[in-house]
Amino acid sequence: MGLIWLIGKRLLYAVALITAVLVLNFSLLHLAPGDPADVIAGEMGGATAELLAEIRALYGLDKPFLVQLGLYLQRAYQGDLGMSFYYNLPVVDLILQRLPATMLLVFTALSFATVGGTVLGVLAARKPGGFTSSMVTLLSLVGYAAPIFWTGLMLIILFGVVIPIFPISGLYNVAKMATGLSRAVDIAHHLVLPSFTLGVVYLALYSRLTRASMLEVMQADYVRTARAKGARERTVYLRHALRNAILPVVTMAGLQFGSLISGAVLVETVFNWPGLGTLVFESVIARDYPTVLGVLFFSATLVIAANLVTDLVYRMIDPRIRLQD
Amino acid sequence: MKRIMLAAVAVTMMLSGIAVSSADGGTLVIATTQKPRHLNPAVQSGIATAVPGTQIFATPVRFDENWNPQPYLAESWAFSDDGLALTLNLRKGATFHDGHPITSKDVAFSIETIKANHPFKTMFGPVEAVDTPDDHPAVLRLSAPHPALLLALSSALGVIIPEHIYGDGQDPKAHPRNSDTVGSGPFKLAEFKPGEHIILEKNENFFLEGYPKLDRIIIKNYKDVTSMVLAMDSGEVDMLPFLAGTRDIARLRKNASIEVTDQGYAAVGPLNWLAFNTKHEIFKDVRVRRAIAYAIDRDFIVNALHGGFSTAATGPVHPGSPFFAPDVESYDLDLAKAAALLDEAGYPAGSDGVRFSVELDYLPAFAEQQKNVAEYLRPQLKKVGIAVQLRASPDFPSWAKRVSSHEFELTMDIVFNWGDPVIGVHRTYVCSNIRQGVIWSNTQSYCNEEVDALLDAAGKEIDQAKRQTLYRQAQQIIVDEVPLAFLNTLPYHTAYNKNKIGNPPLSIWGAMAPLDKVTVQ
Repeated sequence: MGLIWLIGKRLLYAVALITAVLVLNFSLLHLAPGDPADVIAGEMGGATAELLAEIRALYGLDKPFLVQLGLYLQRAYQGDLGMSFYYNLPVVDLILQRLPATMLLVFTALSFATVGGTVLGVLAARKPGGFTSSMVTLLSLVGYAAPIFWTGLMLIILFGVVIPIFPISGLYNVAKMATGLSRAVDIAHHLVLPSFTLGVVYLALYSRLTRASMLEVMQADYVRTARAKGARERTVYLRHALRNAILPVVTMAGLQFGSLISGAVLVETVFNWPGLGTLVFESVIARDYPTVLGVLFFSATLVIAANLVTDLVYRMIDPRIRLQD
Repeated sequence: MKRIMLAAVAVTMMLSGIAVSSADGGTLVIATTQKPRHLNPAVQSGIATAVPGTQIFATPVRFDENWNPQPYLAESWAFSDDGLALTLNLRKGATFHDGHPITSKDVAFSIETIKANHPFKTMFGPVEAVDTPDDHPAVLRLSAPHPALLLALSSALGVIIPEHIYGDGQDPKAHPRNSDTVGSGPFKLAEFKPGEHIILEKNENFFLEGYPKLDRIIIKNYKDVTSMVLAMDSGEVDMLPFLAGTRDIARLRKNASIEVTDQGYAAVGPLNWLAFNTKHEIFKDVRVRRAIAYAIDRDFIVNALHGGFSTAATGPVHPGSPFFAPDVESYDLDLAKAAALLDEAGYPAGSDGVRFSVELDYLPAFAEQQKNVAEYLRPQLKKVGIAVQLRASPDFPSWAKRVSSHEFELTMDIVFNWGDPVIGVHRTYVCSNIRQGVIWSNTQSYCNEEVDALLDAAGKEIDQAKRQTLYRQAQQIIVDEVPLAFLNTLPYHTAYNKNKIGNPPLSIWGAMAPLDKVTVQ
């Protein structure tokens, strides 16, 4: 009952939130000077007044703002995200073409950051003030303080130019025309630098969180009890302490899913990664309203879904939450 | 046994000899930051669509590197004596990628579609009708002689599209097949991933026997110029056209296996200038405009800001065009003269040395051409008492909105000649093109009936020498009245791997022309 209620509540909340996201961004985009017709004229190296009027009529840009907004929302709720003004292709097609690349990047970065961060945090917590602990603290400080695009560019120079062992741009090598397994290996090879760049900030954060949380938990009575009953040190760490200490990491990972997606915009630009981030960035410049709104629609949905998953994971890890329902 | 072995070796050597001497096959990878909206140049001009578009779609004629028209889809052509009809004799047996034969009906359909939907209305403006007496001759009937016609029927502009695909009644500007094209050019579309890449495959049934040489062209999109130049430098891509950053050009020049050339940009004819809003209180006085022209040191822009890779522009026509007039007022740097002109115009220097202050718009995205030049102009114009405030626009549409609404005082601008002055030059100066809301119309609001008459006459003059004279006269007046301070040509360059690429595209249209003769090792 509690679970269904939770999901139902979240769905209602999701509809309201997505409407707010769409209305707000639709208005913001229309506040920006210039419209898609101006962009298309720019692409074409010139235009005539008649042609611009035709383009505006073609995409319904000649209608009043509220009518455009109403029509857009009406269609969006029917699952029709419209046609891209710039590419003249269905927005859903454009997004589905780019979504896998972003998902691959974000989830690889997230896994790397949570797993790596937790491991480093636990290692650092074992001997606070020791060498490992100091190194982890240093690493996390640098990782957290360095701007994403700077990290990306430095990695490009290091691993793309000085020691060229990783490809520095794109999702795969188009010219290779590889298929099957060799395509998968190629993609994994291309994924290394971007996912590291995106993940390293969060890795730093999670290692600090885990470390602090572990240190706190290790003072708890139940840890002393566990030790007293003769549990092995490993069991104490992993089963008793970590399970409690990891809760803040799960919370943060869920909450930061949104910021991970926005971080992806920068990483995708630096590494020429063909994902949603670059699509939304290009579309804002092109005043391609349907595409921008479509991407925001998708990413808002993803963030909401991620929060829901966080709640569910929480309940799995911490039985107390289940009992509270 | 020995003899068989020898024979086998000989055969192998012969085969390998053939493989080396014939340069057929291979993949050419082109890098670009330009993202085409779609691939149909009949309804979309611009570099982004033209590079893939001219591979997919053939045109009646093409031009060599000396502005001479060459047979392409039309094996011959002839103007009538009065210049009011052009007969194109199409190649027999030429087909579209789907196997349909190309007929004069497709030519008529294409020209009508372009005339109705292409932004460059002057290309086929005088074409009243296209007669199709038979499958292969197409006769273009003109309301007035139109010397720009052959250029308008060449690469990047006058593509022939199949009527059986695009003539189904849908709006050609938003036709679904614009991204899933059927043309008749040397390459056909294999994959179009918007903003990522375009893969073109060899057209096995291309109407020119023995061409194209390449098996495949891949056009890779880059999000930023730096990583694109790194990719060229590291050999990840084979060719990089429309490279305009002078530091990037210098960097690639240092690479021993890369050739960097400025050939192939005569037709596009890109100019960088400072535009005046001649309706503005201060700039309606020609003496103020002249003063600013005299105050700018073009040598400094070309040599110091652009590392010597751009050239000084002196007038409305690009120096690579046959209609370029060198004998115009050159506005060599003369600060004393500039100050005198400003005094004369009634703007004496105040106690702080300032005569008046103005705003200069620019797009920071064009760092070297607009931002750096704008930042140079600020202290430079200060020397003659003009305080310039720079106003950067966040992106193209913001800038275009401001300039096309005539809500500017001074602006940096980059405008292309597009081959013939009728297409890319007239539009900036004729009175009838002073329009609200249209970028790259006559946004300076410059109007001189004498210039209008000269340009109109030049646009209809068939005799090349007379036409050049008319354009020279028009350029002299325009430069004298400075609706724009002409600064420099855009330093467009093509970088290519010289150990790998044979026959790089160096005609007047450069990479916006069929790459059927290009080879890779």
